[in-house]
Amino acid sequence: MTTKPKFAMYWAASCGGCEIAVLNTHEKILDVDANFDVVFWPVAMDAKYHDVEAMEDGSILLTLFNGGIRNDENEHIAKLLRQKSKILVAFGSCACEGCIPGLANLSPVGDIVHTAFNTLTTDNPNEIYPRTSYDVPEGELHIPTLSRVVRPLEQVVDVDYFMPGCPPESHQIAAVIDLVIKVVKGEAELPPKGSMIGVGDSTVCDECPRARNVKFIKEFKRIQDVAPVDPNLCLLEQGIPCNGPATCSGCGARCPQAGAQCIGCYGPAEGVMDYGARLITAFSSVIDANTPAEIDRILDGIPDPTGQVYRFNLAGSLLKANRNVWKVVSGK
Amino acid sequence: MDNQTFEPTIIGFTCNWCSYRASDLAGTARMKYAPNVRLIRLMCSGRLDPTFVLRALSDGADGVMITGCHPGECHYIEQNYKALRRYLLLKRVLVGMGIEPERVKLVWASAAEGAKFAAETTTFVEEVRKLGPLNLNAECKMRNDESENSAFIIPHSSFEKEVPA
Repeated sequence: MTTKPKFAMYWAASCGGCEIAVLNTHEKILDVDANFDVVFWPVAMDAKYHDVEAMEDGSILLTLFNGGIRNDENEHIAKLLRQKSKILVAFGSCACEGCIPGLANLSPVGDIVHTAFNTLTTDNPNEIYPRTSYDVPEGELHIPTLSRVVRPLEQVVDVDYFMPGCPPESHQIAAVIDLVIKVVKGEAELPPKGSMIGVGDSTVCDECPRARNVKFIKEFKRIQDVAPVDPNLCLLEQGIPCNGPATCSGCGARCPQAGAQCIGCYGPAEGVMDYGARLITAFSSVIDANTPAEIDRILDGIPDPTGQVYRFNLAGSLLKANRNVWKVVSGK
Repeated sequence: MDNQTFEPTIIGFTCNWCSYRASDLAGTARMKYAPNVRLIRLMCSGRLDPTFVLRALSDGADGVMITGCHPGECHYIEQNYKALRRYLLLKRVLVGMGIEPERVKLVWASAAEGAKFAAETTTFVEEVRKLGPLNLNAECKMRNDESENSAFIIPHSSFEKEVPA
């Protein structure tokens, strides 16, 4: 019987990139194994839900939960792991703010199912759709039921810490692993509950080495339409919508340094209540025009304003979803 | 609730130097206008963070009125132009969120334009009344009351057509 503290990791509505980021900590993963007893980690080891259900409440010291809450299975496991864990970390952008799966909140769930099962990419002449339960001779089969919206973990259960990023940078994960191990050994203290961990204390712009002058632009352009992109000048000043001004630091401004605009995967910076609103302010401040017609012409350069400002944060924003998602009457 | 009995809740953001005084003037001159608007005074329309508008809408407001000095007359030189740009981009984002952009309105009113302020308020209240309640808050909360089963929406016709396994 081991006396090591217990560790769990779960994926809900996510892509699996967070798991890869954890493995990308290289030999640090051995520290996890040396210091923790991994009791539940579906991507890495075999464990059943009923094994978790059989555990004592609060018996898992640390749970990294990645993925948003898309269906009732996600919700069940989120509540279960909350009950069994002392420290529950919303790990990665999906769990923190919905991330790319959260963009599904722009469409009613019926449309999403229809798109997946009966459009160009799917040959479905008999319009066969999945059922949530189905009778077979051996009994009744169930699949998880989609909910109306993708919810970040915090909207479903109480969360102790938030670790944003799509995925969180491996050096940040390694630092957090080190911290938790120190806490276990009594050499360090945990940050206050509700903190963001594994992040910087400013915005991506602060970490970005590109030169910033007085920003004024006459045109917004998609990055592929800008040739050549000046490697040393702020991308926003070149008319490329860059999400850096609203985005939490911590990644080391990797994308702008590689010549791509920040897409905002580290989520809202400290003190930003609504990520999209902050970006609206940032983009508006660079527009060099004072008449409605001219401003509108410049804004036409952003083809999908909602997707641009809420790319990662839609499910965690103040409005949470397209209004039509709530309005749809459920079919039966 | 039909649109005749529906009383819209409007949050109005006013500029300390012009539109707030316009509303003051409307009041002291005893002009009549729709009582639906709750005014919040800012130092300048340039202080208007779009977060304020989104917060108002998500917390129960049916419409938001943003007011400021006429272009070229800003007390802080040019901040009302920033308000204008934010307003135009915010409206585009609201369209993507399924909210009628007409629920947010920008009005310029100088300190002398009490009558204009009163008239614009009344007009806006009637416009929002026509749009009906926004009810975002209530619609979001519905999510928690519903059993999750009803959320998996599949057209009924597709069940009839289904081929048994």
